[in-house]
Amino acid sequence: MRREALIPQVVQVTDIRRDTPDVKTFRVVDLDGRKPFLHIPGQCAMLSMPGVGEALFSITSSPTNEDYLEFSIKKCGCVTDWLHAIEPGQQVTLRGPYGNGFPVDTDFAGKDLVFVAGGIGLAPLRSVINYVRCYRDRYGTVDIVYGSRSKADLVDYQEILDEWCSEPGISVHLTIDNPQPDWDGHVGFVPNFVKELGFDTGKTVVMCGPPIMIKFTLAGLMEQGFPRDQIYTTLELRMKCGLGRCGRCNIGDKYVCKDGPVFRLDQLDQLPDEY
Amino acid sequence: MKKLPLSQLDALFAAIAEKRRLYIPAGEAGTASFTPWREGLKLTDALNTARSAKDLFFPQVENLADFKVTGKQIQVIENRDPAEPFVLFGVRACDCRSFDILDKVFLCDPVDTYYQARREQGTVVTLACTEPEETCFCTALGIDPTDPAGDVTAWMAEGFLYLRANTARGEELLSSLPLLEEGEKPEQDRSVFEKLPLRDLDWSAFGGERMMERFNAPQWASLAESCLGCGTCTFVCPTCQCYDIKDFNTGGGVKRYRCWDSCMYSDFTLMSAGQPRPTQLERFRQRFMHKLVYYPANHEGEFGCVGCGRCLQKCPISMNIVKVARALGEEAKP
Ligand SMILES: Cc1cc2nc3c(=O)[nH]c(=O)nc-3n(C[C@H](O)[C@H](O)[C@H](O)COP(=O)(O)OP(=O)(O)OC[C@H]3O[C@@H](n4cnc5c(N)ncnc54)[C@H](O)[C@@H]3O)c2cc1C
Ligand code: SF4
Ligand code: SF4
Ligand code: FES
Repeated sequence: MRREALIPQVVQVTDIRRDTPDVKTFRVVDLDGRKPFLHIPGQCAMLSMPGVGEALFSITSSPTNEDYLEFSIKKCGCVTDWLHAIEPGQQVTLRGPYGNGFPVDTDFAGKDLVFVAGGIGLAPLRSVINYVRCYRDRYGTVDIVYGSRSKADLVDYQEILDEWCSEPGISVHLTIDNPQPDWDGHVGFVPNFVKELGFDTGKTVVMCGPPIMIKFTLAGLMEQGFPRDQIYTTLELRMKCGLGRCGRCNIGDKYVCKDGPVFRLDQLDQLPDEY
Repeated sequence: MKKLPLSQLDALFAAIAEKRRLYIPAGEAGTASFTPWREGLKLTDALNTARSAKDLFFPQVENLADFKVTGKQIQVIENRDPAEPFVLFGVRACDCRSFDILDKVFLCDPVDTYYQARREQGTVVTLACTEPEETCFCTALGIDPTDPAGDVTAWMAEGFLYLRANTARGEELLSSLPLLEEGEKPEQDRSVFEKLPLRDLDWSAFGGERMMERFNAPQWASLAESCLGCGTCTFVCPTCQCYDIKDFNTGGGVKRYRCWDSCMYSDFTLMSAGQPRPTQLERFRQRFMHKLVYYPANHEGEFGCVGCGRCLQKCPISMNIVKVARALGEEAKP
């Protein structure tokens, strides 16, 4: 029989890491202990617990990881509350991957990249960043600007310190909203920080985070003179099918689940302002 | 071409129903519906069914899968509603065209296997129209109500039913019915269609090219003003295809089912982070933009409306796609 896209496969959660007070990262393999499927950085998948519901999450692990998929999930409702309460060994269901993903092998190739993330928005970018780190010689300079409310709210903090910060050719710029005693890094909101850093307008910017962060960062980048076709972002709308059929996630004639979630700014300019 | 005296219609239905399930439009005007045929069931006098023929391929509710949860383990149990061979008799030209529109949504990659199974099991017998209603405007969308598509096309004229097979599946159905005789249908008088009040609707303002212009039209505010958000127009529409996926705890397990949903509802797009369509204006606009602009943009200019007129008949505030087309079309004129 033909495989039905809406029927998920059963997978197993093998490891759960607490990142922040409301974000946990879940490692998932299929029942044979293998990675459930291949993906492109920026793609998403539907995780579900039957009886609780289904929800869409970015795949935060890099395609170069051959052993498992990872999801960083913020607690905020039925499915996510349930996920935050489980223990390793729990089975869940999974379907995907969905969406277009970032153009890592085409448009990004040879470019100087600036990643700008806020809070849980790091989840999709972590996949790209680790992909870029693996194929480092295919890209130019790499800057990562990442901010959260507080030090405790920085997702993947340990990995950032241990791996990203120590890697030659990658500049990591962390910031938190308000000063705190054990923090000697930058303090302030992401949009202002990006402005202060004053990146060269020839760089390609990849942004992901809360709408308010995107809005103000964007305004700053425009002021600095960045061309709109050098700025990428991801959109988040309500989703059910992931296939461009349930009719929920369209913006104009584009379905975010299928044609997105990654859009270039000049592409968004062609679409109604309904997100 | 085959023919049969109309006096033998019951015998024809009985012969078809012997081999597979047969649905015919039955009941009073206003509530007529496609009903499983049984001895004594008569074809409706109504021109068309209240709910459209899409129900047979994309039912209002259907099982996707069952799950059994034991401790930390999950088992997926494929438990689809069975798709058995059936014949859908008496589909009008507009509803038949709606299948093409739904096919483009459900049969593209990755194919929706639930819809596909029903499409493969269903034989569509269309029935040509002779007495259209004033709300009909299929002809304004390039549909010929006197020669509808389908696996078999049927005409009623001068006391006879005429039948023409259009596909191999239709051929198979007709050849399995020995009570049919050979015959040629008489020429049909089309003048009644040339007098329909909505025949000249102008769609030139629509299509995929002028998305932003149509989206930002000032008319949406007044058009949407009194919309109740009841969703009636989406449920009766043969081309509306939005759905929801829900889980139902049966006690012994979980049923995951799909059911129709409506872009006219406020919780359709609601998120914790916000609501991209906060008022009825955005929701109302979405429905009509989808039919007249977004669908054509994605499907070579084909509109997502078949002119069946159901939304004209059923909307409690008498708002409908014709009023929208006129208001926005007027605006678009230089
Ligand atoms: C492309 C995409 C990528 C995403 N990636 C991640 C990720 O990597 N990590 C992560 O933690 N979250 C991510 N999300 C958000 C995640 O899908 C929602 O948080 C999740 O659906 C909430 O499910 P729930 O059952 O826990 O909440 P529910 O109980 O369903 O609802 C809680 C609240 O969330 C709202 N809601 C429902 N769906 C969404 C949605 N899609 N987005 C936002 N709010 C919603 C509900 O309306 C309600 O107000 C992503 C969403 C999209 C569309
Ligand atoms: S929009 Fe109205 S007229 Fe057009 S197909 Fe749907 S119900 Fe029929
Ligand atoms: S247009 Fe009419 S039928 Fe459709 S939701 Fe509004 S009030 Fe209901
Ligand atoms: S999630 Fe169903 S259309 Fe995008």
